[in-house]
Amino acid sequence: MTESAPAVVTIAGVDKTFEVAGQAGTQALQGIDLEIRRGEFVSLIGPSGCGKSTLLRLIGDLTTPSAGTVTVNGKTAHRARLDRDYGMVFQAPVLFDWRTVEENVALPLEILGRPKSERIARAREMLELVELQGFLRHHPYQLSGGMQQRVAIARALAFEPSIQLMDETFGALDEMTRERMNSEVLRIWERTGTTIVFVTHSIPEAVFLSSRVVVMSARPGRISQVIEADLPRPRGFETREQPRYFGLVTQVREALHGPQAQVATVGGPGSPARTAAEGAVG
Amino acid sequence: MADPRAADRPAPGSSVPGPRSPARRSAASRAWDTLRYYAPAIVVFVAGLVLWEFAVSALGLQKFILPKPSAIAAALIERAGTLVPSARTTFVEAVGGLAIGTLAGTLVAFVTSRFATARDALLPWAVAANAVPIIAFAPIMNNWFGVLSPLSKMMIVAILVFFPVMINVTRGLSQVDASAVELMRSYAASEWTILRKVRIPNALPFFFTALKIATTLSLIGAIVGEYFGGVDLVLGRQIVQSASALRFDVTWAAIVLGAAMGIVFYLVVAGLERLLIPWHGSVREGG
Repeated sequence: MTESAPAVVTIAGVDKTFEVAGQAGTQALQGIDLEIRRGEFVSLIGPSGCGKSTLLRLIGDLTTPSAGTVTVNGKTAHRARLDRDYGMVFQAPVLFDWRTVEENVALPLEILGRPKSERIARAREMLELVELQGFLRHHPYQLSGGMQQRVAIARALAFEPSIQLMDETFGALDEMTRERMNSEVLRIWERTGTTIVFVTHSIPEAVFLSSRVVVMSARPGRISQVIEADLPRPRGFETREQPRYFGLVTQVREALHGPQAQVATVGGPGSPARTAAEGAVG
Repeated sequence: MADPRAADRPAPGSSVPGPRSPARRSAASRAWDTLRYYAPAIVVFVAGLVLWEFAVSALGLQKFILPKPSAIAAALIERAGTLVPSARTTFVEAVGGLAIGTLAGTLVAFVTSRFATARDALLPWAVAANAVPIIAFAPIMNNWFGVLSPLSKMMIVAILVFFPVMINVTRGLSQVDASAVELMRSYAASEWTILRKVRIPNALPFFFTALKIATTLSLIGAIVGEYFGGVDLVLGRQIVQSASALRFDVTWAAIVLGAAMGIVFYLVVAGLERLLIPWHGSVREGG
């Protein structure tokens, strides 16, 4: 994305400490500064416990920072939530079994008080986008995991929020479904021009999807590196076979593992540590 | 929330006709399937009755120990003039009490689930009270609400029914998937909207589970309440009086009527459940 695009999210000096009664708090995030511009696809990646989901939840005002500010579309994150600037997709699809697929997609529009005819038209349009137009009257439990997740994406797109927050959205899917869903979410992103913040623990997924990969480290959660994933678009099956793709995957992996990875490239006693660390992430 | 499944295709057992579902089958073929499904149960029931009939003669059992099914049927016909109105009155008591207890239990559940402190203060007491043999309070209810008034029996039923309804509905309203609530918050939905669109539908299966328990309890409460006194034309009194007159065939006939009412009552609730929450796992087939 171009540097000139306006900032959608500005995070400045954000700390987050989880207070536990009678104990010293756990510092989940420390000194986070990040700017996300309109139309970007930004992935947050890091080992478990690095606070990547917490950072996403801070942007979405589902939790509040202990210090620092989160500005979304020039407003506080809280104001942005009340203005319905967010679409959320979780790891679980979080669909309601008592609603049909169509009614699930129309849910946010219903809460926004849009007229019924508009809700139906919009839900159908979104389901066409995720190629589920044949399943309007089905209930979520009649669909597979991948299809359910596509319904959740359609729902998040239904009311055209200015920013999509996706929290390990494809984490529960098998590898093949996941790759197909990745292509699908890219296709939707390219068509709608929305801004996406995407939490993942998969290096290939982060590289394949993103315009920028934000690499985080754990305890306390910090941004250790921001990597521009400058692969050509549109990205597809052949993208995963390009040398540049492998180069970026290696770059993200080394950023994740920090100094240990550098010791390993020199060889010597650091090598086993690298192997162990690689096993732990991605 | 349905579990995520790995494969990207519809789950087996999908009952809603969709683009890939097989063509609708004829009504006759479905009726035949239903018959075949229930046939074993019907055969066992009839065989049981026949066995009972002949075992009583073969073992030389006295009529007051165990009457034959045919004798019970005869007593039922002979005393229909008193037994049927008795059953009707008992049923009214049970339904009235069920309505009062369910309404009260549901209302209290809404209040407790709305206010976390109220829930934390009340729920342990409700769970403890649920373990109390509440039927023991029957004579007190007779004393408070008038032994001859059907209201006293309704109140026994209501108290009996109150706790399972309240506990189940409270759970249904509060045990909501945390991410479902977060999703609603991300839309800036109000607590009222979350209640209407998430908590109440989520509580419906819990409500029906409670109601099924409550239908059984309501007949127990009404009949046992009647044992402790009241008007004569009720099932409980008919059971007590016929037993003390050693007319056990009439006692059994009254019990059969009570059982039949219980089963019908349960089936009505189960039918309502199928109608109102066809999406729930306890109701739907397959997936």
